[in-house]
Amino acid sequence: MTHLPLDFAHLLAGSLVLLSFLMIYQDRLSALLDVFAAHAVALSASVAWQAHLQQAPHLYLTALIALLFKALIIPMALSRIVQRLRIHREVETVVGTAPTMLAGIGLAALSILLMMRLTAGADPLAREDLAFALTVVLLGLLMMVTRRNAVSQVVGFMSLENGLILAAAGAKGMPLVVEISVAFSILIAFIVIGVFLFRIRERFDTVDVGALDEVRGERG
Amino acid sequence: MTPLALILAIPAAAAALAALLPGYRLTARLNVAAAGAAFLAALALLTGPRPAPTALFLADDLNIVFIVLNSFVGFTAAAFSAGYIAHEIETGRLTPATLRFYHAMYQVMMFGMNLALVTNNIGLMWVAVELATLSTVLMVGLYRTPEALEAAWKYFILGSVGIALALFGTILVYMAAQPALGEGTPAMVWTNLLAHAAAFDPGLLNLAFVFLLLGYGTKVGLAPLHAWLPDAHAEGPTPISAVLSGLLLNVALYAVLRFKMLMAANPATLPAGPLMAAMGLASLIFAALMLYRRRDIKRLFAYSSIEHMGIITFAFGMGGPLANFAGLLHMVMHSLTKSAIFYSVGQIAQSRGTQAIAALRGLSVSNPRLAWAFALGVLAIAGLPPFGTFLSEFLLVTSTFARQPALALLLALGLLLAFGALLLRLTQVLFGEPETTPAPVRASSLPVWAHMALVALAGLHLPGALVAWFQAAARLLG
Repeated sequence: MTHLPLDFAHLLAGSLVLLSFLMIYQDRLSALLDVFAAHAVALSASVAWQAHLQQAPHLYLTALIALLFKALIIPMALSRIVQRLRIHREVETVVGTAPTMLAGIGLAALSILLMMRLTAGADPLAREDLAFALTVVLLGLLMMVTRRNAVSQVVGFMSLENGLILAAAGAKGMPLVVEISVAFSILIAFIVIGVFLFRIRERFDTVDVGALDEVRGERG
Repeated sequence: MTPLALILAIPAAAAALAALLPGYRLTARLNVAAAGAAFLAALALLTGPRPAPTALFLADDLNIVFIVLNSFVGFTAAAFSAGYIAHEIETGRLTPATLRFYHAMYQVMMFGMNLALVTNNIGLMWVAVELATLSTVLMVGLYRTPEALEAAWKYFILGSVGIALALFGTILVYMAAQPALGEGTPAMVWTNLLAHAAAFDPGLLNLAFVFLLLGYGTKVGLAPLHAWLPDAHAEGPTPISAVLSGLLLNVALYAVLRFKMLMAANPATLPAGPLMAAMGLASLIFAALMLYRRRDIKRLFAYSSIEHMGIITFAFGMGGPLANFAGLLHMVMHSLTKSAIFYSVGQIAQSRGTQAIAALRGLSVSNPRLAWAFALGVLAIAGLPPFGTFLSEFLLVTSTFARQPALALLLALGLLLAFGALLLRLTQVLFGEPETTPAPVRASSLPVWAHMALVALAGLHLPGALVAWFQAAARLLG
């Protein structure tokens, strides 16, 4: 009985990792955005469960922010951009799906081994949550380096930030300042990205970052 | 208001005003005035009594070095920028509407950097560094050319990844501190952390430092995480290149130093110094080699910034009173010299209409006065006497030689390589027949000469009070 709350927290954090893996091999932008929305929902549930366990009401607010901004508003806005730019077809990946998945599994193993060994003294809830969070962060990074499309890089970045929020929520009693600022910075980041996407579109008629490589400063 | 509050309140108020006021001439003046007032507040902080650390703010010998340097270069860059942008408006590269945005962002950036320097809360420090990063991303993309967008995008992506890793490290520090300090804000206050660091879990602290070094190290521009830096320097407006090199890199390094001090306070952790020294040395040698292949003048000096940040990181990594002193001195000298070089490069590029080194030759014929300022700056950054950079590099090499002769050889090799590359490019730019007729320059040369005078003075004679102050800061660093 005493294990149940812990198990449930791990289930939620684990589902976040699973969804990160799902994101890695989505090759269509619209599907990718759907998985990202699910990722944000899982994050929100996980943070809410942490709020319940730690009896920290301010974490409910973080969960609500995650649900509203990251599960609803941002995916909707991004899919509008994707529709308007007519790039919902295929996602170009730099590396194939199989090597990416293998790299992802390697990263997950690495982070779990690392965290479990280093945090032997810490509170069990926090420590396993932290291992999952690091996995999500690393998978987000992996996604950012294997994608060339600006929109999927942004999604990779946001999934990385989801991992950070998971870690922050798992750290018992971490001050609210940080959580709100994280959520806020994502919002700012989104605005920045929105501006950039708009301008990239304006100039190149594509959001493929590969096209930008052709205009690198020192060629010619 | 106390000087500490003014350092934050002035840029914040100026940012709001600059966003509201019409007309770029007015906001340019506001920008200079606000930066000047912030510099005066920083001087007041330096000379006045030190406020006791609170949960939010902290002022000690170490961060006051950074604050005074930051607000001084921020002020001269604003003064340079006022003339620079007038030229950009005339040539149509910028519009008055973008300039309003530019000035507001400039003050937001100053606010972010000052906040990162004075805060005592590691979470707030992270927020402030991120704020400064985002505002510079927007300024790098200001020209909206394909190159500028590429640079801003790359900067944004790499900067965010770095900043994300830094946040993870910050969370880990909190988790390491929480058993000893209890839940909530006290476990994020740096002075508390330092006092109780010996009781923290060393494993967590090690892992945290690796993340923090990689995360903030990306912003310092340490190899191999430097990829954003040359593009961001080359494609943004030149005053921004000057503040990026002269200030933002230092602020990120300051964050690394604060965490290094935490590591040093816990005897069971890995020594943080050798990690930093290795990264610094690698950056120095890598950047020195890369200098030889540059064809764009702003990129050349961007790589030179990587090289010098490598030297400074190496110095702090070596630690000890002498190396820390050399590191601090070199940081100040590098900021002053590098921003002066960027000011003159900005004038040269505006006068000749290009940034390509090959097309700039014959500078001593076409613009003799600019050529003098530029040549002195390059000689100083290459580490020649009588400039202050020579003094700090000499101190560093000799103090390293006394402790680790092999590392001192590598350090000297890197310095010589960079020296050769810079002299090669300098002669290429100075001599020969100019290809184009120069256009008149609007931006003032005063900031360049003011910086160069300070660097030369420091090389000839360091005032005793300054030495005592830097020694106190070096002792804090351990």
